[in-house]
Amino acid sequence: MFQPSPWRADFPAIAALQRQHQTYLDSAATTQKPQPLLDALSHYYGHGAANVHRAQHLPGALATQAFETSRDKVAVWLNAPDSQQIVFTHGATSALNLLAYGLEHRFEAGDEIAVSALEHHANLLPWQQLAHRRNLRLVVLPLDIHGRIDLDQALQLIGPRTRVLAISQLSNVLGTWQPLPALLAHARAQGALTVVDGAQGVVHGRHDVQQLGCDFYVFSSHKLYGPDGVGVLYGRSQALAMLRHWQFGGEMVQLAEYQSASFRPAPLGFEAGTPPIAGVIGLGATLDYLASLDAQAVEAHETSLHHHLLRGLADREGVRVIGAPQAALASFVIDGVHNADIAHMLTEQGIAVRAGHHCAMPLLQGLGLEGAIRVSLGLYSDSDDLQRFFAALDQGLELLR
Amino acid sequence: MRLPEDARQALEAFAQGKGWEQRARLLMQWGERLQPLADAEKTEANRVHGCESLVWLVAEQVEGLWRFKASSDARLLRGLLALLLVRVQGMTSAELAGLDLRGWFTELGLERQLSPSRSNGLHAVLQRMAELASNH
Repeated sequence: MFQPSPWRADFPAIAALQRQHQTYLDSAATTQKPQPLLDALSHYYGHGAANVHRAQHLPGALATQAFETSRDKVAVWLNAPDSQQIVFTHGATSALNLLAYGLEHRFEAGDEIAVSALEHHANLLPWQQLAHRRNLRLVVLPLDIHGRIDLDQALQLIGPRTRVLAISQLSNVLGTWQPLPALLAHARAQGALTVVDGAQGVVHGRHDVQQLGCDFYVFSSHKLYGPDGVGVLYGRSQALAMLRHWQFGGEMVQLAEYQSASFRPAPLGFEAGTPPIAGVIGLGATLDYLASLDAQAVEAHETSLHHHLLRGLADREGVRVIGAPQAALASFVIDGVHNADIAHMLTEQGIAVRAGHHCAMPLLQGLGLEGAIRVSLGLYSDSDDLQRFFAALDQGLELLR
Repeated sequence: MRLPEDARQALEAFAQGKGWEQRARLLMQWGERLQPLADAEKTEANRVHGCESLVWLVAEQVEGLWRFKASSDARLLRGLLALLLVRVQGMTSAELAGLDLRGWFTELGLERQLSPSRSNGLHAVLQRMAELASNH
C-alpha cells in the first residue's frame, strides 16, 4: 500500500533529485531542506547581511535580533530553561571538541571517561585524544546483542573515577535508542558530568533536556533539516560555568590588553569569531517549520516507514540487519556479497544510500564487519522510495549472484 | 601512442555496452581476467589505502617497463582494476606520467567511478600509480 509523505512537497530538493532519477535514502548523513529555510537564507542575504553583537547600525541590530531569536527557538525546542544555555558552534563535532577542551582542566591522571562502543567518531575521538593528553583511562561501555549499551555492565564500569560519561542518544549505525535515563542517573550519582550526543536522536521526536537530566546535549543543524555549518551545545548553567574558554577572538572577549584578556561567559564566550549567522537564522526558520507540523503524524509516518524498511529487508534471503533498529535507519550486510558491490549496483540505479564504516570504525570492527549499507529515512521519505530501493537491491543481487 | 590490444578490446566491449546492467556485467567479466595475487603479495606495503574495500597494487619495473598486478575483495572494483591494468601494462615511467587515465575511463563510459567521493578506491589506485611514475 502506498504511503505518501504529506510533507514531501515542502522540500523542493526531493523533486529535483527525482528529476535526476535519484532516490534519497541517506538522511542520517544529512537532510534535505524545507522551503522556509531556503526563504530565510534568501531573505537574510537579500535584505542586508551584517555582523552580530558588535555593530550599532540598523542592519547589525536586525541581524543580531534574528540571530538571538534563533537561540530562543532552539531553547524552546529542547525545553532549555534559558536561551543563554544554548551555545552555537560550527557543528556537533565542534561542540564535542569544545567540551573535550573546555573540561580538560578538570581531569587528573588516572581519571576515567566513559563512552560507548557505538559512538560516532565525533563523540569518540575528542575524548580519546583528551585521554592521551591527560593520561586518563577511556572506558568503553559494551553493547548487548540488540545494539544497545549493556546496562548491567555499564553500571559496573561507571564508577567514582568516572569524570565524564559521553554517549549517543540514537545510534547512527544501529538505529537503537540508548538507555539514557538509567545511565545518566547512575553517572550523576557517581559525580560524573554527562554529555549526550543527540546528532541522530534530535531528528526523531522531541527531547526535553531538563527531563533527560544531562549536563550537556549536542546536535547538528544539518541533520535536523537545517543548514550545515551550525551546531548546538546545550549546557546546564552550572556545567557551562565549568568550561574553560578554548577558541579566542571576536566578540567572546570582555577586555583585551596586549598581555592579557578576560572573556565572556557562555554563550558568547564560546562563540569565537564571526558565527555562522545565516545558518543560525536558517535553523530558526527550520525549527518554526518543524514546530508547525503535527508531531504525532510525523512520528506515525516515520514508524510505519521504518517497519516497512525492516520488513523488506527481513523478506530477502541472505540479508543480515545489524542490531535491532528501533528508528530512522537500518544497516545491513548480505552474506557472500561485498558491500562495495552492493553499493555500486545501488548507485548505478540512482539509489542514494551510505556504504562503508559510517564514521564508527571500531564499532564495525567489533562486529567483525568491513562495512555495511545503511538506509536512512527522513520525514519526506515515502514508501515509493523504499520500493525503488528494494527493486534496485533485487536487481543488483540478481546480477551479482 | 598505439593502444595495447587488450585495451582496444576493452574499448570495443564497453562502447557496445549500453545501460548500467550491461556495464556491470562487463566489469564483472573483466574482473575475472585479473591474474590472482599470491598471499605473499597481499602485504601492507602493497595495500592501497583510502578505499572501503581491500585493494592491493603490486608494481615492479623490468628493464624500465612497469609490470602491475592488482586485486581487490570487491568484484566490480576488480573489473575496474583490470581495465586500468590493460591500459598501463608495459609502459615506461615517462609514458605513465604522460597518460591521461581519467580520459581512458571516460572513453570507457566509466568516468563516474573515478570521483573522489566514491569510496570504491579507483581514485586512490590512480594516485598511487602517479606517485610510482614520478618517483622512478
